[in-house]
Amino acid sequence: MSGREDDATLAAVIDHTRRRERVTRAWLLAPALIIILAISILPLGITIVYSFLTPGTYGGVTWKFSTDSYVQFLFQSDIFDGTLAFNSAYVSIFLRSIGLALGATIGALLLGFPTAYFIATKPREQRNVWLFLITLPFWTNLLIRTYAMLLIIRDEGIINIVLMKLGIISSPLTILYTDTAVFIGLIYSFLPFMVLPLYASLEKLDFSLVEAGYDLYANRLKVLFHVIVPLAKPGIVAGCMLVFIPALGAYITPELLGGGKKLMIGNMIAMQFGASRNWPFGSAAALILMALVVIVLLINARVTGREAR
Amino acid sequence: MKSLLSLLATASIVALASSSAMAAGELNIYNWGNYTSPEMIKNFEEKFDIKVNLDGYDSNEAMLAKVKAGDTGYDIVVPGDYMIKVMIGEGLLEEVKPNSMENFKNVDPKWVDVWWDPGRNYSVPYQWGTTSFTVDTAVYDGDVDTLALLFDPPEVLKGRINMLNDMNDVINAGLRYLGYGRCNGNPDELREVLALLAKAKPHWRTMDYAVIEKLTSKDVDISQSWNGAAMRARAQRPTLKYAYPKEGFTGWMDNVAVLKGAPNLDNAKLFINFMMEPENAGLTSNFARYANGILGSDKFMEPEMLSAPEIVMPAGAPEPDFVTPCPQEVVDLYNKIWTQLKQ
Repeated sequence: MSGREDDATLAAVIDHTRRRERVTRAWLLAPALIIILAISILPLGITIVYSFLTPGTYGGVTWKFSTDSYVQFLFQSDIFDGTLAFNSAYVSIFLRSIGLALGATIGALLLGFPTAYFIATKPREQRNVWLFLITLPFWTNLLIRTYAMLLIIRDEGIINIVLMKLGIISSPLTILYTDTAVFIGLIYSFLPFMVLPLYASLEKLDFSLVEAGYDLYANRLKVLFHVIVPLAKPGIVAGCMLVFIPALGAYITPELLGGGKKLMIGNMIAMQFGASRNWPFGSAAALILMALVVIVLLINARVTGREAR
Repeated sequence: MKSLLSLLATASIVALASSSAMAAGELNIYNWGNYTSPEMIKNFEEKFDIKVNLDGYDSNEAMLAKVKAGDTGYDIVVPGDYMIKVMIGEGLLEEVKPNSMENFKNVDPKWVDVWWDPGRNYSVPYQWGTTSFTVDTAVYDGDVDTLALLFDPPEVLKGRINMLNDMNDVINAGLRYLGYGRCNGNPDELREVLALLAKAKPHWRTMDYAVIEKLTSKDVDISQSWNGAAMRARAQRPTLKYAYPKEGFTGWMDNVAVLKGAPNLDNAKLFINFMMEPENAGLTSNFARYANGILGSDKFMEPEMLSAPEIVMPAGAPEPDFVTPCPQEVVDLYNKIWTQLKQ
């Protein structure tokens, strides 16, 4: 009798503890769940839903199902006679964006690798100073930094004035408001994202392996490509991702330095929510951009996964 | 470094606390950028003990998109003529009846029965002007009064042109150059417009709203422009000349209105009445460099405003063309042309 009672009390206690554990677990999980739900899944859901609706006359959406937004991305009923034909406008905007983002990634890698290597080979106590200098630009808003870049490269900007004063050129170099300007701006904006992960992997590099390479009669290039680069690969991949992805969706840089004549994806999407008043198409374009990014991430996972094995 | 930061933080908290403690109320104004006279705002703040927060936009469409998205917290907006009509139709504006306010007697009768707000139940005049273009006569000394300078430019202006980054302004200019009507849904005529714009685009350096900055930094020598912006640019680049093209140009009026659900409705009404006072309209004109629709404001305007070639139209110039909102089918066509142009 008492034994059974004891059992019951024990069960109640266990039950209570379990319940408490469950509650605690729920509380501990809550921040992560809220972040995932509220900041990630919910907006994404709205975007997906909106992309299948019909645009409202003055912005917004009307609740009528339509796949027009996705059709519109590739095809356009001829502006004037209404026949459906392949439309390269949006594809070419995407291709230009991908090209510029790839260029910026390669540029940032070529600049960032030597920089990171330089920092990683400094005495430990000096490295922090160098890293501090790399992160220093983040203290200023991107818009302001991009505007400063505009002042530097414009026709009557610092570069042109100095070059002309020195007599190297006679008329100003036209850099601003070209793809070159956007390219320079993207590299400038995202370079720290390349340097930091590269530094992280180069810092851990065992330099006795480099010496071993030299001992085995490898020249500098061979050491670089057969010893250092393979060991720094995780950093290279991470850096490239961190530059390529934000560069692909860049908004401020092409807006300010590109002169507004040609769109990049970011500007094109923004335009759909502004002057064009086509929220569904803007949502669809944003999702297509996201799909591109996911593909890049999958390729990355594939490549690094294979490395791990 | 740390102590400096905490000092700064403390200072800013103190500043915030004191500023909100000082004013009896607040007013949130959402106006075009670089378009609000600081002096006029200061007068309003001092007169009513209200703290004004100012935010800016660069196109009617950008403003509409933000207001439509909801919960902006803004009280006052300053939409252009056609946008007033659109926003009334969408139920976005509060019917504050400026026509029964004390200062309504100052509104020029010419601007009372306007098509976008007949009888002025929602809005009052802010500034009005024209959209044409302005050219540096030191660079190009020929006849400036033709849209050919934008669409078929002479050699010296090629690559030195800024167009407004505005679908309607660019397409309307193209329609005028070809001699076709506005809000045009005619496929053949629009095809010609697209061809014209596509052919001219390589000669354009930028498409941007920042007209004054583009001209004064000498990024460009000719820019599509509003007349007041042209006048402000001329102050820093005296050889600029505002054109009154023979093919025609746009006229517009921006109007002060109150958003539906404005958090500070009473203060917003005070502001509407305040903007109809000649002195405040004059201060606004002195800053933004456009004419206003308030009688007696010229007494408060700088003398050069009253004779400026950007404000006083020459005798032979065509009448400004106030463009009404286009039907959705036409907007859709314009959108397609615009995307095609900007790809």
